[in-house]
Amino acid sequence: MRRAQFRDLESELSRFQYRLGVAGAVVVAAFGLLALRFLYLQLVQHDYYRTKAEDNRISVVPLVPNRGLIMDRSGVVLARNESQYTLEISLQQVANAEATINALATVIDIQQRDRNRFRKLRAEIKGADSLPIRTRLTDDEVARFAANAYRFPGVEIKARLFRYYPMGEVASHVLGYIGRISDKDVERLEADSVAANYKGSDFIGKSGVEASYERELHGTTGSARVEIDAGGRGIRTLESTPPVSGNNLALTLDIKLQEVAEAAFGKFRGALVAIEPATGGILALVSKPGYDPNLFVDGIDAAAWDALNNDPDKPLNNRAVTGAYPPGSTFKPFMALMALHLGKRSPDYTISDPGFFTLPGVAHRYRDWKVGGHGAVNLHRSIVISCDTYYYGVAAETDIDQLHAFLSQLGFGQPTGIDIDGEKPGLLPSREWKRKRFKRPDEQRWYQGDSVSVGIGQGYNLATPLQLAFATSIVANDGVVYRPHLVRHVTDAKTGENRAVEPRPIRTVDLNPKWVKLVKAAMVDVTKPGGTAARAGLNAAYTFAGKTGTAQVIAMKQDTKYDEKKVAERHRDHSLFIAFAPADAPKIALGILVENGGHGSATAAPIARLVLDYYLLGKLPEKAPEMNPDAQDD
Amino acid sequence: MLARLWDRLTANLDGTLVLLAVIVLTIGLFTLYSASYENPGRLNAQVANIAIAFVAMWLAAQIAPQTLMRFAAPVYAVGLVLLIAVALFGDVANGARRWLHVGVVRFQPSEMMKIAMPLMLAWYFQKREASLKVGDYVVAAVLLLVPTTLIAKQPDLGTAILVLAAGFYVIFLAGLSWRLIVPVVGLAAVGIIALIALETQICQPDVVWPGLKSYQKARVCTLLDPTTDPLGRGFHIIQATIAVGSGGFLGKGWLEGTQTHLEFIPERSTDFIFAVYSEEFGLLGNLALLVLYLGLIGRGLVIAAGAPTFFARLLAGAITLTFFTYAFVNMGMVSGIVPVVGVPLPLVSYGGTALVTLGVALGILMSVHKHRKLVQS
Repeated sequence: MRRAQFRDLESELSRFQYRLGVAGAVVVAAFGLLALRFLYLQLVQHDYYRTKAEDNRISVVPLVPNRGLIMDRSGVVLARNESQYTLEISLQQVANAEATINALATVIDIQQRDRNRFRKLRAEIKGADSLPIRTRLTDDEVARFAANAYRFPGVEIKARLFRYYPMGEVASHVLGYIGRISDKDVERLEADSVAANYKGSDFIGKSGVEASYERELHGTTGSARVEIDAGGRGIRTLESTPPVSGNNLALTLDIKLQEVAEAAFGKFRGALVAIEPATGGILALVSKPGYDPNLFVDGIDAAAWDALNNDPDKPLNNRAVTGAYPPGSTFKPFMALMALHLGKRSPDYTISDPGFFTLPGVAHRYRDWKVGGHGAVNLHRSIVISCDTYYYGVAAETDIDQLHAFLSQLGFGQPTGIDIDGEKPGLLPSREWKRKRFKRPDEQRWYQGDSVSVGIGQGYNLATPLQLAFATSIVANDGVVYRPHLVRHVTDAKTGENRAVEPRPIRTVDLNPKWVKLVKAAMVDVTKPGGTAARAGLNAAYTFAGKTGTAQVIAMKQDTKYDEKKVAERHRDHSLFIAFAPADAPKIALGILVENGGHGSATAAPIARLVLDYYLLGKLPEKAPEMNPDAQDD
Repeated sequence: MLARLWDRLTANLDGTLVLLAVIVLTIGLFTLYSASYENPGRLNAQVANIAIAFVAMWLAAQIAPQTLMRFAAPVYAVGLVLLIAVALFGDVANGARRWLHVGVVRFQPSEMMKIAMPLMLAWYFQKREASLKVGDYVVAAVLLLVPTTLIAKQPDLGTAILVLAAGFYVIFLAGLSWRLIVPVVGLAAVGIIALIALETQICQPDVVWPGLKSYQKARVCTLLDPTTDPLGRGFHIIQATIAVGSGGFLGKGWLEGTQTHLEFIPERSTDFIFAVYSEEFGLLGNLALLVLYLGLIGRGLVIAAGAPTFFARLLAGAITLTFFTYAFVNMGMVSGIVPVVGVPLPLVSYGGTALVTLGVALGILMSVHKHRKLVQS
């Protein structure tokens, strides 16, 4: 019994030890498996994981350059950068942005405007990692958020440089504005293969000089290799290439003149371009109404955008370069030059104006603006009193392609090449143009009747205020052409060197000085007693040359009389004026358009007088110009 | 006088186990120092934990196995009651009901089961030693499965697996027929292979796994393909694997682990401390640690083999194999071959509860060893 039990115990012990041995084998096998796994990870795959760990550790952080400044010709800063605190939400870290914003609103003032803007930015910019909910925080707000920051993971206060336009609406169309880089901008940057230079940049020029000189203004993005932790926070910088600031721009613009010119428009819409004939530098470029470019800087909110975009006055349109209007009677001095050069008219050739013009064998009467006509009119008088009948005749006798060829030289019908985007070419008709423009063969033909109204700047004719100023400056300059430009020089941020953008004459129009002198003299008499702009020229301390113009907004039926008082404001004629002064040594050439301003002498000419008085005499206007759109002399 | 006191104090301790444990603990402290650079208080707390664990070990070593046997059933019963209490009144933390308030102390009764379970089963088999029948294995299975199920339901899959393993080792060592073991192990192997093969189908979001919580399904699925969730659950596995792999042969050096010091490794002083160790000490360090653990396990198995009673043998064997399970599951999960379950690396991970449990386990092994002759005579 005892023996059996003992044997039993012995066999049991050996079975236990056998089992223990099996377990030991499993242990060794399992540890062997681990050892193999370590061998695989740490020897075979070591390079792969080492790279992975490095990628984890090192982050290349872009260092965003400061945008270049924009100054006027005398160094007044028109666009600069201001450090502002923004409150930004990281979309990766914040799951429910709406809830977070609601919670933030209990700490910091967040308006509907801010929410709308946030929503708009979010829809526009898909790749953004953080977007601002509030900008321009006050010190008080910064402190209040800092005390509550723990409640808002993924929400951060950041100090950022914001573009600031200290002049507000003044010169808004020249400067343009910057805005957040949209998906469309990214596509464009990638197409130009400069996208790498925009890593970390939030803003890009959207219009005006800000857009056309984007390459100069943006600067070169630097980079830093930074060791980061798992939360993406920088621990230390390993090495860095500093960014190079954008280049500064000095404009040809005289901001004081610009202010005077903008104020001169009063409540009227329209545009003015002032060019320095000797250089092509633009002294003032007005488009009214304007807008405050500061609205765009940190992302315009939807309501403000809709208000600007849907405003019937179209404040965002730069009328000076994109508005194409019939030049009206301001076209006549150029027509006169053409008539003299092509030999269609001699200075002494005189017509007897019955108040209308007819083509041989056609009953249709092309009316002069003056009922009953001007009587005996030669070339000089045709400009001074703005005789339509005279130019109907000139145009009817000139082949349209010849007319096109001559006036093209003065810049009509083609972009002037100004250094901001979106310029419209206007329209100087020709046979070829008409053939392309129309489909039906009978419409494609050029008729003599088409030419007649071209003679007085109506019909198919269209020109931008810039083109008017440009053509005027070419005449003032006796045919020497300078490309109109807004930037005088670019100051290199690295070297401090000034790179002049202009001026070099790009071409010279072959003009007979005798004929130019004749036309100029007639333009001077326009502003003298008896001329159409006599009132604007009254008691001027300098001699100035000008020409009034009136452009029809709606076509009048044959034999009806245009009565301004009865016509709705928006259907009233546009008022135009071109000028240069002093007449013998021009320092400034002007092209002015006042939408629905009535006759040229009524609104556009008085504006010219104010601008010239300021520019030539330094005289600031004492009161708003006397402008009467109902005046009756053109 | 002092020498005699020292002799008395160390009489019941096992030199080999103490030496190996001290080496591993020292490695652990160095690693913890590197891992908790932002929280230096942890090192002091861990030193205190080790002191307490040593006291627990010393106390356990003083208790003779026969005495332990008497505690087996009561301790198991208390543990079971507490588990039921947790299920009814326990605190919820991280979506699981694991904690029980006893006065000011909050503790996990499931932790207690890690010792109570092998104790109970070893006691039961010792009782039935003379006439072990199939029915006894059924009773043992019930004793094992009831608390395991309760723990799994909390849910705490990691602890449930460890308790299940501890109990299973007792049953296995007691002589459970191979005819029962082979099919179960075979089934498990087939299941794991199927899981890997069918990963893309069964890990679809709308597929519900019977009996498992969605987070448990996610853990398994993330192990099978961590890249499906690189910033979420897969982050742990991916970053830990990068840490291990980037360590290379010699490691990046102590305090030089970039994955560790730039906070890419989550829970780097507790469950994922092996990633820290592995990154800084490399393959060489890993193999050394494996050898040290093998030494501890080997010594435990030798003690089990030499134990005088069935109870002591089963207990020592099961405790040693449970220790192995801890080490294997933890290192396996950090290196990406075992799903992420909350299992600390024995003697290295920061944490008092696990250290005290380990101290008790080591103490029991030493007691078994020192009392081997007393019983036989």
